[in-house]
Amino acid sequence: MTTNQFMFFLFATIIVVFSVLTVTSRRILRAATFLLFVLVSTAGLYFMLKFNFLAAIQLTLYAGGIVVLIIFSILLTSQIAEKLEQPALTKKIFAGLAAVIGASLCIYTILLYNFIPSNLPSIGTNVDTIGQALISTGKYGYALPFEVISILLLSAMIGSIIVAKKRKD
Amino acid sequence: MAFSIYDFTSFNQAIDHALYASLPPVLAVIVEMTIIGLVFLVFYAVVGLFLVYAERKVCAFMQNRVGPNRVGPYGIFQTIADFIKLLMKELISIKNSDKLLFNLAPFIVIIASFMAIAAIPFGKGLQAIDFDIGILYVIAVSSLGVVGILLAGWSSNNKYSLIGAMRSGAQIISYELSVGLSLLTIIVLAGTMQFSQIVEGQANGWFIFKGHIPAFIAFILFLIASTAETNRGPFDLAEAESELTAGFHTEYSGIKFAFFFLAEYMNMFIVASIAATVFLGGWMPFHFSGWAGFNHVMDYIPPFVWYLGKTAFVIFLMMWFKWTFPRLRIDQLLNLEWKYLLPINLVNILVMAFIVLMGWHF
Repeated sequence: MTTNQFMFFLFATIIVVFSVLTVTSRRILRAATFLLFVLVSTAGLYFMLKFNFLAAIQLTLYAGGIVVLIIFSILLTSQIAEKLEQPALTKKIFAGLAAVIGASLCIYTILLYNFIPSNLPSIGTNVDTIGQALISTGKYGYALPFEVISILLLSAMIGSIIVAKKRKD
Repeated sequence: MAFSIYDFTSFNQAIDHALYASLPPVLAVIVEMTIIGLVFLVFYAVVGLFLVYAERKVCAFMQNRVGPNRVGPYGIFQTIADFIKLLMKELISIKNSDKLLFNLAPFIVIIASFMAIAAIPFGKGLQAIDFDIGILYVIAVSSLGVVGILLAGWSSNNKYSLIGAMRSGAQIISYELSVGLSLLTIIVLAGTMQFSQIVEGQANGWFIFKGHIPAFIAFILFLIASTAETNRGPFDLAEAESELTAGFHTEYSGIKFAFFFLAEYMNMFIVASIAATVFLGGWMPFHFSGWAGFNHVMDYIPPFVWYLGKTAFVIFLMMWFKWTFPRLRIDQLLNLEWKYLLPINLVNILVMAFIVLMGWHF
């Protein structure tokens, strides 16, 4: 087993174990913390693939942004003694069934698919290439999606300001 | 084995080759990682102890006092004595607290600062890992520390801790923006995010001089925003002693408290070294173009001395802030960020981009 494989299995184990813990923990803040571990290990996988930019974005956006927001809202709303209620047995059984069927379908499809190693030249993952691709309008350019997403974000921001604004009535 | 205090690259390569020659590759990697880990641990202990001493002396100086002066000459062993006392304190376990998260929180804070320091260049060849996205990486991992503070505040089951954690969360999330944008201004000028290239780019002049006024504005904005991000005064609302006893770490004792304490000082050190590296040339000596003799004399000072000197200067500036300005209120704090720093920063980036586009920098 090479170091790379060892690290992959380490990260994979962490991701699987903490993913399960995230949905089974009955204390909501612990669940959020376990989710943080899952997201950080995913960033570790990206680092292993030498895709540093994506890894850093994963850390900033998910671990540093979204998890912090989740924890923040938990801090505002819940008490330390609170535990989530046990769901009913039938719910548990059906949720488990759905999870098992979904997982086996995914695994079956992945195993069935014949992965062909691509022989296209790698265009690199450095910040330069990504930045150029985001604003280029030619082939492999992402200018239009980038602008569309910007408009979406802007409207989401305006929407949240309107929702949060105090009404004078 | 060529050893020189001016360039550690060949020294590191020699160690690397010797390890790979005598050990299987897996073991060599583990040994290298262990060595680097131990070096950083020792570095943390030494710098942490020194910074606490420096802070007390600077504070005393600002307040016209003497400061620690009993243990050793000028009190230099005071922090070591304090540290031994901290180690021997009882670890109090709190009833009705979330034990797992309570014990986990100090580790998250300290691991985040450990991850950040790995990318800092201390001298030529003295850098644990040189990512092509260096600055982005440091911003990313340092944003993990706030999770530890939030967890500590919530799991203590104490209202003061909770208020402290909330304040610190709001503060760090908002000031992260200004830190990122002010660094982005310099990335525009440097054209790279890799720390080694940023330092190399300052061989003929530091970025704070090369970038004219926008670089200077970015430096000041970075100082303000990063002081806030490290929870230091005048932005220390998260642990405001007079209102919240100690904020998010009220319930911690002994070594767990020491972790928070150490992480706070090390974060200050990391922020200061980023400021020194990005704005003040890192380990690059001070050069005037045209003054060959002067430049030659400056080259005799080893790079890590330059680096430590610049970092110490920025740390002194931050301590100066802390002991000069009164603490802000939470609304003033958020106003300062969202109404002043953020717009100034955005305009500043535009001005810098224009200057780089026109080629007005040198």
